[in-house]
Amino acid sequence: MIVGGWLPARVADVLPSTEHARVLRLDVPDWPGNLPGQHLDIRLTAEDGYQAERSYSIASYGPGTVVELGVDTVPDGEVSPYLTEEVRPGDALEVKGPLGAYFVWDAADPAPVQLVAGGSGIVPLLAMARARAATPDAAPFRLLYSVRSAADAMYRDEVERLAGTGVEVTWAYTRTAPEGWRGTVGRLSAASLTASAWPADRTPVAFVCGPTGFVESAADLLVQAGYDPARVRTERFGGL
Amino acid sequence: MAEFSRGFGARRRESDPALPPGQYLTQDFPVLSAGPTPRIPLDQWAFRIRTEKGLTTTWTWSQLMELPIEDVHTDIHCVTRWSKLGTSWRGVSLDTLFAAVDTDYAFAMAHSYGGYTTNVALADLLGGKAWIAFEFDGEPLDPEHGGPARLLVPHLYFWKSAKWVNGLTLQQHDDPGFWEQNGYNIHGDPWKEERYW
Repeated sequence: MIVGGWLPARVADVLPSTEHARVLRLDVPDWPGNLPGQHLDIRLTAEDGYQAERSYSIASYGPGTVVELGVDTVPDGEVSPYLTEEVRPGDALEVKGPLGAYFVWDAADPAPVQLVAGGSGIVPLLAMARARAATPDAAPFRLLYSVRSAADAMYRDEVERLAGTGVEVTWAYTRTAPEGWRGTVGRLSAASLTASAWPADRTPVAFVCGPTGFVESAADLLVQAGYDPARVRTERFGGL
Repeated sequence: MAEFSRGFGARRRESDPALPPGQYLTQDFPVLSAGPTPRIPLDQWAFRIRTEKGLTTTWTWSQLMELPIEDVHTDIHCVTRWSKLGTSWRGVSLDTLFAAVDTDYAFAMAHSYGGYTTNVALADLLGGKAWIAFEFDGEPLDPEHGGPARLLVPHLYFWKSAKWVNGLTLQQHDDPGFWEQNGYNIHGDPWKEERYW
C-alpha cells in the first residue's frame, strides 16, 4: 500500500442524507481500490490557487473507481460546508489514498465484529457492514448506531436493511426517540451497551467511530464489559 | 496546478507562515488514538530506557519529578492535518534522561501503556528536541491526550509523540512502530510532508 500523489476526481453523484449531511460519489479513474474502513484526503483548490486539505472516511470498499463519502457539516468548518452545500455533479477536486491499514475489517478473521457508531462515525463502519453483507460465510456482525434522533441518522434506510445480511442492528437515541420506541433515550450507558453488544467471552473485535467524547465513553464501556483493549479499534474526530 | 473546485474558497481559514504545507489551524485539541484510553495510576507508573547492552534504567513518577523540569512552548502538527500553534507543556528533556544511558545504537522504539509503539531516531530525541511531558497548558495532562505522561517530539508529526509512554528500547535499525507499519511514514517531518508510505 504505497500512497501516491493527488488523484484527480470528479463528483459523480450528490445524494441527500440528513438535514446537515450528504453522500458524495466521486469518480476517481486512478483509484486503486480500498479496504473497508479506510479513509482518504481531499484537496480543494480555489480559483486563485488557495488550497485546503482534509481527511474523510470512505463508505465504499473494494476494487472500483467510484469512491463514496458520507460528509456531515462541521459548524464553522471550511471544507465540509462546501461538500454538503455547494458541490454538485461534475465539480472537480483531488483525493489521496486510501489511507490507514489499522481501522479495517479483515473478512478472513472469524471473530465476531462489534461496530459502535456515533453520528457520522457510521461511515467507515458502513463500509465494513457492506463488505460483511457481501460475504455470506464471514463472521457475524452487530452494529450499535447512536444518533441524536432518527432524522439525524445518516444511511438510515440502508442500515435498516442490513438486518438479514448477517448484521444485527441496534439503534440508540440520545435526544429524541421515534414514536413507539421502547428503549431509553440519552447517552450510551453500560446497561444499553451490554444489552446489545457481543458478550466479551465471544472474543469479539470492536470498531468504534464517532466524535471524541462518544468514542472515549463507548470504548471505556467496552473495556469495562470485558473486551480486550487490544481488540477495540477506535477512530475519533473533533476536539476535546 | 490542479483543476480548481468551482465555488470553493469563500470561507477560507487564515493562513500562517508557521503552518507546514497541507495543515490547517485549530483552536481545540483533537484526540486521535487507535484504541481505548488506558488509565495508569501514578504509583504504578514507570519509564524505562533499555539498551543493547542489556541494561535498563528505570524512573518512577517521583524520580521523574526530581529531575530538572523544562517549560516547552511549541507548535504541534497532526498528520490528520490540524496544527495547533503556541502550545505550552512541561516535561523532562530526553537529554536529561539519556545522560546516564550508554548506547552505540542510533534508533529507539517508544513503547506505551496499551501497547502503542513508534520509532524515533536518537537524532530526533536528543539535542533539546524531545521531552517526557506531563503538563499541558498548566494542568496535568489528561488521559485522552496521553497522561500521565507522553513523549513530546514536536518537530515531527504528532503520532511520534507517543501517548501513555512507558519506555524506549534502543535499536540498531530504524524498525517501524505501530502507525509506521500501518501506512504512515517512517520519519514524519511535517515540513517535508512525510505523511504516508
